[in-house]
Amino acid sequence: MARAIEERPSAILEAMRQLREDAASYRGIWSWITTVDHKRIGIMYGVTALAFFVLGGIEALLIRLQLATPNGEVLTPDQYNRIFTMHGTTMIFLVVMPLSAAFFNLLTPLMIGARDVAFPRLNAFSYWVFLAGGLFMNASFFTGGNILQGELGAPDAGWFGYAPLTLSRFSPGEGVDFWALGLLILGVSSMAAGFNFIVTILNMRAPGMTLFRMPLFVWMTLVTSFLIVFAMPVITVALFQLLFDRLYDANFFNVDKGGTPLLWQHMFWLFGHPEVYILILPAMGIVSEVLPTFARKPLFGYPFVVFSGIAIAFMSWGVWAHHMYTTGLGAVANSAFGVSTILIAIPTGVKIFNWMATLWGGSISIKTPLLFAAGFIAMFTIGGLTGVTHSVVPSDYQQQDTYYIVAHFHQVLFGGAIFGLFAGIYYWYPKFTGKMLYEGLGQLQFWTMFIGFNVTFQPMMILGLIGMPRRIYSYPGGQGFDIWNLVATVGAFLIAFSVLVFIINVIASSRRKEKAEADPWDGRTLEWSLPSPVPPYNFKEIPTVHALDDFWHQKYAEDERGRPVPVVAGGSEEEEEEHGDGHGIHMPSPSFFPLIAATGLPIIATGLIYDPAIVAVGAAVLMVGIYGWALEPATE
Amino acid sequence: MTLAEYRGMKPATGEGAVAAPAHREGAHPGPAEYVKIGLTLAVITAVEVAVYYIDALSDVLIPILIVLSALKFSLVVLWFMHLKFDNRLFSTLFVGGLMLVATLFVVVLATLGGKLV
Amino acid sequence: MQHAPALATNTGLDNRKLLMWLFLASECLFFGSLIGAYLLYRDRSVAGPYPEDLFDIPFTSVSAFILLMSSVTMVLALAAIQRGDQHGLRVWLFTTAFLGILFVSGQAFEFTEFNREGLSLSTNLFGTTFFVLTGFHGAHVTVGVLILMSLFVMALRGRLTRAESLHVELAGLYWHFVDIVWIVIFTLVYLIQP
Repeated sequence: MARAIEERPSAILEAMRQLREDAASYRGIWSWITTVDHKRIGIMYGVTALAFFVLGGIEALLIRLQLATPNGEVLTPDQYNRIFTMHGTTMIFLVVMPLSAAFFNLLTPLMIGARDVAFPRLNAFSYWVFLAGGLFMNASFFTGGNILQGELGAPDAGWFGYAPLTLSRFSPGEGVDFWALGLLILGVSSMAAGFNFIVTILNMRAPGMTLFRMPLFVWMTLVTSFLIVFAMPVITVALFQLLFDRLYDANFFNVDKGGTPLLWQHMFWLFGHPEVYILILPAMGIVSEVLPTFARKPLFGYPFVVFSGIAIAFMSWGVWAHHMYTTGLGAVANSAFGVSTILIAIPTGVKIFNWMATLWGGSISIKTPLLFAAGFIAMFTIGGLTGVTHSVVPSDYQQQDTYYIVAHFHQVLFGGAIFGLFAGIYYWYPKFTGKMLYEGLGQLQFWTMFIGFNVTFQPMMILGLIGMPRRIYSYPGGQGFDIWNLVATVGAFLIAFSVLVFIINVIASSRRKEKAEADPWDGRTLEWSLPSPVPPYNFKEIPTVHALDDFWHQKYAEDERGRPVPVVAGGSEEEEEEHGDGHGIHMPSPSFFPLIAATGLPIIATGLIYDPAIVAVGAAVLMVGIYGWALEPATE
Repeated sequence: MTLAEYRGMKPATGEGAVAAPAHREGAHPGPAEYVKIGLTLAVITAVEVAVYYIDALSDVLIPILIVLSALKFSLVVLWFMHLKFDNRLFSTLFVGGLMLVATLFVVVLATLGGKLV
Repeated sequence: MQHAPALATNTGLDNRKLLMWLFLASECLFFGSLIGAYLLYRDRSVAGPYPEDLFDIPFTSVSAFILLMSSVTMVLALAAIQRGDQHGLRVWLFTTAFLGILFVSGQAFEFTEFNREGLSLSTNLFGTTFFVLTGFHGAHVTVGVLILMSLFVMALRGRLTRAESLHVELAGLYWHFVDIVWIVIFTLVYLIQP
């Protein structure tokens, strides 16, 4: 494609034409930059999120090295605060949420029988804004001075940013500004995606696919998207309030002028509690897809699992102050939230029982996706049970701000969400890359990750209950903390090893000569009816759906004992034909305006911190992106 | 839509296609109606300001103002934003958002000792 | 402005209209939170100036009236494009944008007046919550004006025909929303004082 750009206009036009052609035919890096294809966007989300996973993991290892021994001196207190803040912020906003978004992107159109999402350019915009936000936030590391001498500039007030610690008086410097603005940028990304998936799921299902014939993962995508679009505005306001206090001397959290830091906590947790369900529901959706395939049985109690997901989302709005029991809200508030929090365990329990019933009596095939899904059930159950112990107010008074809480949320976010997401990675990897991950390495990864995870976090339950506070950069010896901290650090390095195994698996499998089949796991949902990797237009012909798990029913009828019997090949009219290449299907054209618009946001954010003139530049870039986007034709 | 409606839902295209109605039954307002509503809005605003200044009504000022502004709000939402005539899904979404935020902040204000009015 | 022709959808609703309503539902959470903070801190300013010292109800009533009337002109613009009245479309779009500019100007004037009389973001809780709430509202109105002016320019170029009436409808939904937020603010902030 390389052409020298000369002064003559026709050469430039020719180059642009060539770029457009390359983009439309999926060649070269420009085709990735301008892509509006949900599958490519999903892959970009996944790769970027996994890169941040490694970064967040390194931050975790630094934490564990510092805490391995009493009075550790690996990190200074200032460095520790920045590292643990960025670890939490990264893992939640730059890893789990984008990995979930990767799956929303990759799977939703395929599972509902559509060619793409409702708003392909908005979809691309969501990804580029995510990347921009992640880079912006991590750029803060460099603003503290000489990074090579360990002078870090990153935010240092925790991922939850409690006021008044985050106010300028107690957090001078730009770290917290980067945190707040970075999260605002990331919020734009999440909301755009949330809107996109709701419209896609409500409006673009294939004929015959009623809501109750949708795969469970699509239901979880829908529910999570609703949580996102209603919860994000609240944190947006909270972050603006914080920024106004910091940058312009406002008084939202200023006690001297009559403000209350509790307003921050309410605002943050009004968002924060739905947020944790945003983090877990997609992984639960993945588990609900993986288990039936590897048990060769339909999901037990599908409607119950759907309604539980909806119930969890609904109830998630009513429990936020359980993060605030110890702030002096009073007995009435504490009791009310205690009751609502205990109640939310019920729909969660319903899901767990339905998953177990799915496996019960199934023809189990022990492959890596199943291992991770089973690991999810076990680990999430433990994590959920510790959550029930937190819901009891007097018990929480002992647990709050200790390592018991740290154990709880890692149990559900790592043992839960991350395990579920890895189940999805192993399960759907062949569909989107055309190669299978090595099963042996996959099982090695699972077992080392599972063991490493438990060795790291189970001791923290003990540490918390014997009194080790959280968010401390070191602890004195002789308190009974030493041995458990050391064990946890060893576990953390075992986790690191397991991630290394995963990376090796990805690299090695990319070199495999064997291409993956369309349906290597004998799956139940529509994506398995398509070639691996999936062609740009997804379906040559939009299928008509007759039942839940329609693809399974195309492959199998049931004998008199209810066992699956393969349908004779050729009997199905919906088979993908080998000839033809989808000619005549018009897909949305690639566009670079989403990227341009996305670039405007971190520029505006930088200007707000350093120089108003830069805000103007960013706003101009954003406007160019938006107007270009609005005025270009959507489909050529 | 109810669960039953979803289960029996016909596809949007192809055989047996039935699209859910985008508009409900009802006379579609025209410019004349819109101007009438506009005048009503103006009058209500004038009444609100008048009530504000009438000392004799100061005890019932707050309820009156809330009712009047709720009325204006409803007129704009139902007629100008066309919710009265459009698919119920839009109303559900919008009212849902409204109820959610109202409930949440009633709780927050009650917890922090704030007053609504 | 070209869009792919509206495809048949499961709900029968246009994707873009559904998107706009979802967006407006989420905006309820945004403005609700800002109003919540205002209500929480009403009455808690440790020192003045206080609302009763500064508010000029007659002035604000006029600007509230202007914004309300702009909703009328907005819906007249939609009615015009839907019946193919290009001239009416242009007149009403322009009028709506103009009324919007009047409103924002009134806000700017009010802000500078209050500022002159000693109220800023940092003065007290009233200054903080008032300026942030009404400031974000004003910013939303400004974005609305930009959208309306863009549509007006398109209409002048003959690019806003009956087939594109959805654009005007969606702009209208946004505009009316911004108006109803002001209805709430006018009552809760201006008329109902501590």
